[in-house]
Amino acid sequence: MASTVQAAKAADHRSPTAPPPSFVWSRRIFLTLLTVFVLVPVYVMVSSSLKPLQDVSGAFHWLPSGLTIRPYIDIWSTVPLARYFVNSLIVAGVATVCSVAVAVFAAYAVSRYRFRGKRVFTVTVLSTQMFPGILFLLPLFLIYVNIGNATGIALFGSRGGLILTYLTFSLPFSIWMLIGYFDSVPQSLDEAALVDGCGPLGALFRIIVPAAIPGIVAVAVYAFMTAWGEVLFASVMTNDTTRTLAVGLQGYATQNDVYWNQVMAASLVVSVPVVAGFLLLQRYLVAGLTAGAVK
Amino acid sequence: MLRLRAAAVIATVTALSATATACGGGTSSGGGSNDSPKTLTYWASNQGPSVEADKKILTPELKKFEKQTGIKVKLEVVPWSDLLNRILAAATSGQGPDVLNIGNTWSSSLQATGALLPWDAEQYGKIGGKDRFAASAVASTGAPGKDPAAVPLYSMGFALYYNKQMFKDAGISKPPATWDELVADGKKISKDGKWALGAEGSNPVENIHQTFVLAKQHGADFFDAKGNPTFTSPGAVAGVKQYVDFMAKDKIIAPGNAEYSQNQSLEDFAKNKTAMVLWQNASTTFKAHGMKDSDWGVAPVPVASGAPGAGKQINSMVAGINIAVFKNTKNLNGATDFVKFMTSTEEQKVLCKAYANIPPVKAALSDPFFSRPEATVLKNTLLTSAAPLPQVPNESQYETSVGTAIKGLFADVAAGRQVTTESVKAALTKAQQQMPKS
Amino acid sequence: MTATTTADRQAPPHDGGGRADSGQARPKRPRLPGRLRRISLPYLLLLPALLLELLVHLVPMVIGIVMSFKELTQFFIRDWGTAPWSGLDNYRVSIDFDAPIGQALLHSFFVTCAFTVLSVGLCWLIGTVAAVYMQENFKGRGLLRAVFLTPYALPVYAAVITWAFMFQRDNGLVNHVLGDQLGLTDGQTFWLIGDNSFVALLTVSVWKGWPFAFLIIMAGLQNIPRELYEAAAIDGAGIWQQIRRITLPSLRPVNQVLVLVLFLWTFNDFNTPYVLFGKSAPEAADLISIHIYQSSFVTWNFGTGSAMSVLLLLFLLLVTAVYLVLTSRGRKPADG
Repeated sequence: MASTVQAAKAADHRSPTAPPPSFVWSRRIFLTLLTVFVLVPVYVMVSSSLKPLQDVSGAFHWLPSGLTIRPYIDIWSTVPLARYFVNSLIVAGVATVCSVAVAVFAAYAVSRYRFRGKRVFTVTVLSTQMFPGILFLLPLFLIYVNIGNATGIALFGSRGGLILTYLTFSLPFSIWMLIGYFDSVPQSLDEAALVDGCGPLGALFRIIVPAAIPGIVAVAVYAFMTAWGEVLFASVMTNDTTRTLAVGLQGYATQNDVYWNQVMAASLVVSVPVVAGFLLLQRYLVAGLTAGAVK
Repeated sequence: MLRLRAAAVIATVTALSATATACGGGTSSGGGSNDSPKTLTYWASNQGPSVEADKKILTPELKKFEKQTGIKVKLEVVPWSDLLNRILAAATSGQGPDVLNIGNTWSSSLQATGALLPWDAEQYGKIGGKDRFAASAVASTGAPGKDPAAVPLYSMGFALYYNKQMFKDAGISKPPATWDELVADGKKISKDGKWALGAEGSNPVENIHQTFVLAKQHGADFFDAKGNPTFTSPGAVAGVKQYVDFMAKDKIIAPGNAEYSQNQSLEDFAKNKTAMVLWQNASTTFKAHGMKDSDWGVAPVPVASGAPGAGKQINSMVAGINIAVFKNTKNLNGATDFVKFMTSTEEQKVLCKAYANIPPVKAALSDPFFSRPEATVLKNTLLTSAAPLPQVPNESQYETSVGTAIKGLFADVAAGRQVTTESVKAALTKAQQQMPKS
Repeated sequence: MTATTTADRQAPPHDGGGRADSGQARPKRPRLPGRLRRISLPYLLLLPALLLELLVHLVPMVIGIVMSFKELTQFFIRDWGTAPWSGLDNYRVSIDFDAPIGQALLHSFFVTCAFTVLSVGLCWLIGTVAAVYMQENFKGRGLLRAVFLTPYALPVYAAVITWAFMFQRDNGLVNHVLGDQLGLTDGQTFWLIGDNSFVALLTVSVWKGWPFAFLIIMAGLQNIPRELYEAAAIDGAGIWQQIRRITLPSLRPVNQVLVLVLFLWTFNDFNTPYVLFGKSAPEAADLISIHIYQSSFVTWNFGTGSAMSVLLLLFLLLVTAVYLVLTSRGRKPADG
């Protein structure tokens, strides 16, 4: 906790004068209500995950009458949760790294260079967000299969194909967002670096990227969550060995039974590392870089 | 500007050429071959309590097959949420398993894609002939008059499950055999927070299963002989209305069931909140929800009058799973052998016991396991009084449009609106207009 | 796309440190293929992104458009090449608003519009207010921030299934609280069917969506120079005035993209209604993506589904173009 407080202090942009009571009180009320709204479903998940199956579906009570950790044991044998989890981590992790890298280059080009086709590029990239994903599904599947037949690279059914798909899913927004963040890094900074003899890539990695860390982290979180939660493409493009969590969780609902308690327990278990990752990344989200960098 | 245009042209050309290749799709090889005779891929549907449980049940059997034939079977248990989309993608691309399970109601739709190997007399001969299987099960393997697209693997019929204690408390001595009795009994039970009958009002497929039977009992079919929809025939309207009226007029279904779609009605049953459900193979679910086997009884689904039988006395759809061979298989002989193995009398006993299904292979029925009360009811229903859902290529559209229309009718009841013959007919008319022209 | 080429001409006055323009004016730099390098560099930087977009988005999109002119039912999906061309039939069916299919599409379109506007508005509003309130340090801020990101970290399926669980009529938390504890309703409300399903869908969508707006705006706030606030404080501006005069205007570039992208995603959202309602959504919450899914996957008619998607694409292109023109007006030309 100490580190986050420190980081938070560094990001404290405003004047040191204390905010007026009207501000503090409205803040308290608003944030309290919001916290309740956010946490109630989380509470329901926690309490349901600690009940036996026959209790889960009874009338709702805030306090559970009996507790069991049985669901937390059963989740590992009902579906191969550990394997799905590893798959998801690999797919989402690699897709995030690649997506951010590709987006940084593209955003740098758009933010700092003038060239023909720039607007066409940005608008085209954005337009890919307008076609409903479900209609991509079969064509993309066909393309992957054909690439596989022609080159022997197995894209469908493999983690590689899924990584490629997801990294492209998050790309448009990442590029657009990074253009915005890069634009807000003063050009004078990288101009100075260029004068000092840095190449264009040197200026990018030594000046712009460090200055835009909060934006890059935000984009990376987004790219990760896109890959982490996607259901439809994963359901068709994976098989038993490459299946990801988002799809795998549905395995707790079979034709006749829905293991509510196990769904909740599994969701919580797999969310813990992600939330922990958020906590770790927070300090980068709020590192008050511009304030220092401009001087 | 010029360069821009050039770039655009290049991009378009690339895209279009890629399209052309892609459109070549799955027809690279028209039929099956025997290029890789030592392996098979098998997509099994999820029949047991979980995907992992299925693997445990099937793996020893596949080992047995390997020992007999030297063919290694790669198993994947595909969850129901993914199965149809996976099959669709496989059909589109030609890239799929060698052998797969399909829900038997999909048979005609999948048959129309041409992706599945037809089971003509010769092919059937290789697995011992059609006559080994129950006629009703074979009737749900494809459109009539065409070579079937699949072979029956597991069968299931509907039964009336009832709560013994709740019947006793209401002073009912035997389960209802006709709908009038069911409604009369239901009115005795439905009070003080208890209800007589459960329903999954928001599950279109379940609505279809129930109303199909009721419409049959009113002498109606949802398709004519040519395969054109006849959703608005008086019998179909009456059947649908009868089902919705259990909630609207007779008030023996709890209004809350209008939103059920996750099998909550089975949970209610297990918790002594509802006294009856019309379901297939529900015993394992009751157990999972903490109900003892001795607490419930089972009886045939009621009919209008008389006893269940053929024609108007139908009281169940033929539910079940078929096994099919993917036409693009690289191991045609092995795939056929595998189907033969899975439908052998011995394997049928093993598998249908494990899943508490009814074997479609008649010889397997002699096993005493299939003479338990529940299995007896289901077995007799399947053999004498079950009919397949319409075997037409547009079957899935029918399930969607009519099932959703009934879901809407239940929502109307829940909102306190009146359900009349006219409103039912209007809803079904709309559903029929959404059907593709054939 | 015509607007874009004109915009090209008013590209940034200084780019790459002014090097692309002033390259010839500074013959000091003797790298031989320099000019070529400078011209090709931005394209090289874009190349990976472009290739990926082409493979995963643009080519499938073109195939989708081709599909929309074909009669692509289950009889033909195995070999798309042989599917007969149907000309504009798929479109004609989709926009025949006197027939049930067209009527349903139009209805679904209006529902989606209303849903999108409300959801994006609320997500943005809550996200912004929370980010601004949390810009300044206070005790427990770090913890709160992690809490707020939790809905975003939960797998979609789990989050939505939990809400479905809470919205149950008989056993759900929502009716328990509204009816039994607050006495606002009779506790018998149906949330998952009928007209209230719209409210349920909106609630889930906002719950899941606002943390993303919060995250992006929080990152955007970090780039506002501290000096601006200091100068304003010296001028005697109070905290509310600082927010109005400095914070909100500074967020404009971030907001421009954020709102647009939220709009596009919400409009095309598939997972939320699919998990909440299953394959057939109630009429009041029949979002367009579910509707198209039903018209293609569930009913095996990919031609009509594609035609509906193309219509949707055209509509969204139009909205986006108008939006970009409106919001870009008044921005510095240097934003490109």
